[in-house]
Amino acid sequence: MSEPPIIKVRSLTKTYQVGEVAVHALRGVDLDIRKGEFAAIIGASGSGKSTLFHILGGLTPMTTGTVQLNGRDMAGMTNAERTELRKTTVGFVFQKYNLLPTLSAEDNIRIVQYIGGRDTVFDPAFQEILKLLGITDRMKHKPRALSGGQQQRVAIARGLVNSPAILLADEPTGNLDSENSAAVLKLIKDLNRRLGQTILMITHDADAASYADRIVKMRDGRIV
Amino acid sequence: MLNKLIFANLGHRPVRTLLSVLAIAVEVTMILTLVGVSHGTLDQSAQRARGVGADIWFRPPGSSAIGLSSAPMSDKIPALLMKEPHVTFAMGTMVQPLSGFDAMTGLDLDDFRRLNGGFHYLKGGPLVNDNDVVVDEYYAQQKKLHVGDTLNLVNHDWKLVGIIESGKLSRICVKLPMLQTLTGNPGHLSQIFLKVDDPKDAQSVVDALRVKYHGYQIYTMEEFTSMLSISNVGMLKSFIGVVIGVAVIVGFIVVFMAMYTAVLERTREIGILKAVGGSSGLILNILFRETLLLALLGSVVGILLTYGTQWLMKHAVPASLVQETVYGWWPIATGIAVVGALLGAIVPGIKAVKQDVTEALSYE
Repeated sequence: MSEPPIIKVRSLTKTYQVGEVAVHALRGVDLDIRKGEFAAIIGASGSGKSTLFHILGGLTPMTTGTVQLNGRDMAGMTNAERTELRKTTVGFVFQKYNLLPTLSAEDNIRIVQYIGGRDTVFDPAFQEILKLLGITDRMKHKPRALSGGQQQRVAIARGLVNSPAILLADEPTGNLDSENSAAVLKLIKDLNRRLGQTILMITHDADAASYADRIVKMRDGRIV
Repeated sequence: MLNKLIFANLGHRPVRTLLSVLAIAVEVTMILTLVGVSHGTLDQSAQRARGVGADIWFRPPGSSAIGLSSAPMSDKIPALLMKEPHVTFAMGTMVQPLSGFDAMTGLDLDDFRRLNGGFHYLKGGPLVNDNDVVVDEYYAQQKKLHVGDTLNLVNHDWKLVGIIESGKLSRICVKLPMLQTLTGNPGHLSQIFLKVDDPKDAQSVVDALRVKYHGYQIYTMEEFTSMLSISNVGMLKSFIGVVIGVAVIVGFIVVFMAMYTAVLERTREIGILKAVGGSSGLILNILFRETLLLALLGSVVGILLTYGTQWLMKHAVPASLVQETVYGWWPIATGIAVVGALLGAIVPGIKAVKQDVTEALSYE
């Protein structure tokens, strides 16, 4: 018997109310992501991929449908339950890095450990990840002293530090030049291979998506 | 880790942090200075009263402990009081309030000498002529007066003949009949000081006098000086209450502004913390710790600033205002600053907690 998918989405809809207008961002999405898979969701602006990312990351609630994340049903989750899910199950990598500007690279990672209720020390396995990301000598620097590529590597390290079941990456190369983009994508693929880390990447860039094992296309709020 | 973030946040906007700390410091200084001046003024009054060397203090009906009334008692009363058992001497004086906290006292220097040995003259000498005046060292310092100067008080020119050591009766003294005449109170007194044969009997003498002179304010000097406290002066108590109220409002507004701006400015950072699993409690915890740190720093600076106001008063207005360091009020003023600041952080805190994560993350 095959292992159940780590992400299981069925008939997922999301409707935003903008003034008196109902905007249907997701119109019945079905999606399975296997454990250890590196999948990319690709679509144009307005296709609903970011909304799907936000729902899967527990950043926003769904309207209807079912979503199971690492065995947990997300339907009807309270704010506090979604916060707990973000703390324990999901790691994020954002397009704009989203590092805390007042903290060093190292402390940006440690604070996530602190929030996750872990010791704020880097174990040998995580030290290896830092080496792989090539940022061990930049850890004492604040984000403003790092290049875009370095900031995104720190953000990847932050996303992985609590060993999440799923790493969600939203346009991780959107703010990088092509050289840095390629380097970061290669690293993400490497992390997937070496650690068996499940990664779901949202992108509008076909080249970026090509690094994934599987590409899922979205249009008008549906998987196509 | 959280404290590191808090220090980093405060250090990230040093000017705003400094202004918040200074504003809270002013709030604390305001409270401590007012309390210090109240204590100082009352303690000085008590010290000067003790310096008279009397055992009993006798005042007209309806007068208060610090009331600077004019002269509603007949100057025949001291002679009557001297006939009372155990009373060995009685001296009447007249007090004329001047502007602010100042007052001048009319007295008979010979009587005063009998009571306590008289004034110690630092410069010049005693009252000889009707227009002579003596002032204490602090009044002379504040008004930059020298022996031989003329000073106008109660619309009359007085010649300064002596500068006395502070601590006895009053800062400005003139001859009793002259002050009575000038103020339209001939033959009247404001207060009478009594000496008894044995100070241990002072209370029993007071009890007996209270029966005979019903309605008059009669106290042992010990009793009188203990009455010179803030809690016994209704107006002062209310005034301090008002200043504390204003201070709390100032602290509230300052911290409200600082934290509200901080929350707006850190919308994205709050969104990041929430995105990585930070709970509402964690966000509030960070904001309240920052607020607490600002309030505590402000309180320390405020306490230090009170030494500045103390120095300023001592050198600019040593006769009018005396500021004491009231250590007991340090934690009270700090508590007031902390409460005001925490109240100011509530609304920004709620705003931070209610921020939508996805909107916060896209905030530019």
